[in-house]
Amino acid sequence: MAERQYDWAAIAKNPKFVELHHKKSAFLFGWWIFSTVYYFLLPIGAAYAPGLFKVKVIGVINFGYIFALSQFFVSWGLAHYYAHVANKDFDRLTRELVDELK
Amino acid sequence: MKKLIAAFTLALSLGTLAYAAEPAKAPADTGASAAVAAPAASPTAPAVAAPSAAPAAKAAAPAPLKKEIKANRAITIGMFAVIVGITMCVVVWAAKKTKTAADFYAAGGGITGTQNGWAIAGDYMSAASFLGISGMISLYGYDGFMYSVGWLVAYITVLLIVAEPCRNAGKYTLGDILSFRTEPKPVRAVAAISTVAVTTFYLTAQMVGAGKLMALLVGIPYKTAIIGVGVLMVGYVVFGGMTATTWVQIIKAGLLMSGAFLLSVLVMAKAGFNPIGFFSDIVNNPNIQDHVSKMVLRDGITMSGVDAGQRFLEPALFMKAPLDQISLGMALVLGTAGMPHILMRFFTVPTAQAARKSVIIAMWIIGLFYVLTTLLGFGAAIHVTPQGISAIDKGGNMATLLLAQQLGADIAPVVGDIFLAFLCSVAFATILAVVSGLVLAASAAIAHDIYVNVIKDGHADQHEQVMAARITSLCVGAVGIVIGITAEKQNVAHLVALAFAVAASGNLPVVVMSLFWRKFNTAGVIAGLVVGTIAAIGLVMVSPNMTYPKVVAAGAQKVITALEAKQATLPPGATLDANDLKALEKAKVDYEKNKDGTSIMGLDKPILKLKNPGIFSIPLGFLAAIIATLAFPSRRSEEMFDEIYVRQNTGIGMAKAIDH
Repeated sequence: MAERQYDWAAIAKNPKFVELHHKKSAFLFGWWIFSTVYYFLLPIGAAYAPGLFKVKVIGVINFGYIFALSQFFVSWGLAHYYAHVANKDFDRLTRELVDELK
Repeated sequence: MKKLIAAFTLALSLGTLAYAAEPAKAPADTGASAAVAAPAASPTAPAVAAPSAAPAAKAAAPAPLKKEIKANRAITIGMFAVIVGITMCVVVWAAKKTKTAADFYAAGGGITGTQNGWAIAGDYMSAASFLGISGMISLYGYDGFMYSVGWLVAYITVLLIVAEPCRNAGKYTLGDILSFRTEPKPVRAVAAISTVAVTTFYLTAQMVGAGKLMALLVGIPYKTAIIGVGVLMVGYVVFGGMTATTWVQIIKAGLLMSGAFLLSVLVMAKAGFNPIGFFSDIVNNPNIQDHVSKMVLRDGITMSGVDAGQRFLEPALFMKAPLDQISLGMALVLGTAGMPHILMRFFTVPTAQAARKSVIIAMWIIGLFYVLTTLLGFGAAIHVTPQGISAIDKGGNMATLLLAQQLGADIAPVVGDIFLAFLCSVAFATILAVVSGLVLAASAAIAHDIYVNVIKDGHADQHEQVMAARITSLCVGAVGIVIGITAEKQNVAHLVALAFAVAASGNLPVVVMSLFWRKFNTAGVIAGLVVGTIAAIGLVMVSPNMTYPKVVAAGAQKVITALEAKQATLPPGATLDANDLKALEKAKVDYEKNKDGTSIMGLDKPILKLKNPGIFSIPLGFLAAIIATLAFPSRRSEEMFDEIYVRQNTGIGMAKAIDH
């Protein structure tokens, strides 16, 4: 089937694409590093700060349990935040770029 | 024609089940399944069964407690048949839709984001998650919960780094992404080998676990169970390709979530729907207190009463080697995003937006499942008691099933049978869904990368491509069955962790660099894949996962010394009791058998102390890829970076990937 040829180097220099690339890279790698650090605090904390994990917070429920549970909420929260930003910013920039190329 | 073949498979598999249902060797049966119970501790809870190393578990084999788990055969087999029947209808329907290679590998790109989310969850959560993690929580409390966290957090990497770029830049396989701006032939060949390695490790663990689980639960002989599961998995993939596999995974995820939800409601009902009260129940439960005080006593700590109960909610009853846990965490967080069968799921959706949506839905399902698993694990500890759970299976794999049986039986005995049968069929569906996804991923690598693109230079028409894919799936499935049967007696516990370590060390670095690093080239891909894969496998070969006869002999020696010392303290004429004598006899045999042996690698003892190689092999994979890239620069690869980078970010030119 006939396929449209694109000048990829030119698109890569398009200001819209450059903006998309900068915004996206900063967001993706920044938040990826945040979530990874937050996750590894769990095994590291459990191993090297057991005292903190034992502190009771609600009834017999301790900090360790709440921290582990918080990992789930942080992951879900981050996923939705990403979806929100991507739908609002990244997809819009992409659409504008594609329209411009038509 | 296709209908005929599908009908034939259906008949064949039902026949297998019916044959299995025959109470053939009834007397031998119970003994046989009890004997597999102890080693089964590990396969279904891969990566989990750390301290209860295989030899120790065997020595302490099945306790002669009266409590036993046996599903009601008629109900269980009936439910299995319903699942098989429904999935076979799906296969017949899917087979009609599968005409092109895109249909076979990627369901024609026609899966919606929501469907794909359920399918990802179904593809990902193996019997190890379903049975192993709740079992771990029921025996070790907090550590089991902590262990489950990594399996969800892994999806952040999938979401942010690989899902959308793979959808935009890929077609059917890992090889498609990696060969985009490199020398296609060598890269595809190496990528296919790495894919096959990862899937083989994972598939072996799943098949052996499946065989043992079915033998334990329904008393189907091990071989029959493997062949039954194998025939079904081959049937799904060969006839229905990705469409059938996807729907099997969706059905499984639905069953799994309803099972977990139903049981959790029952557990919470017992606690009056009061979470704080639920946790107090754990702390105040005398059985849990007793269980914990015995566990900490091994470390020379005395603890009792509420303190011991509280200890159950604190870390380090199970995970006593922090570095190993961190290493495993790295393999999970980076490996999930490099798993070929997970990557492949993103080629089934039409757009990057759908890929994004599917990961978010999968994260909700997987995350909720693990949160519910906590309730199931702690619930099993309260209601079934840790003693009762470990009496049936050392690794605790039967915790959820025992809980279902008991909570159901509290309502009425027959309800207990129905619940247990339902959860057995959930486990059955779980196994089928995971192995089908793996067979499809391995077949795609062999048929699409090696046959079509390396051997035939990409010149194969649709008919030939689909034919190649079907024949390959048949072969891969057959090999899976053979491996499953031959590996029955092997210690496969470490294979799932190994699969993740290889994916994290070999696949992930090269995927990320292909998508994001301009200079990355052929040399980098090959070096990264080869070094990462070999490093992960090699480090496991010299790790404590292998069996070291001299270590076994030293353990046996200790038992001999202890028992002989005990004998010396006895009054003259008195002898050790029967159990001790038996243990002494066994220790002597073990010592003689193992004292001059060495491991597969010819080692006396492990070189590496860690069971999980990720912390070393992942950096090695990255490093090798970077060094090789810089040593052999390629202008073409650099020039083509703009194309892959624009494509992966915007999806421009993606139509090609779908229509092709």
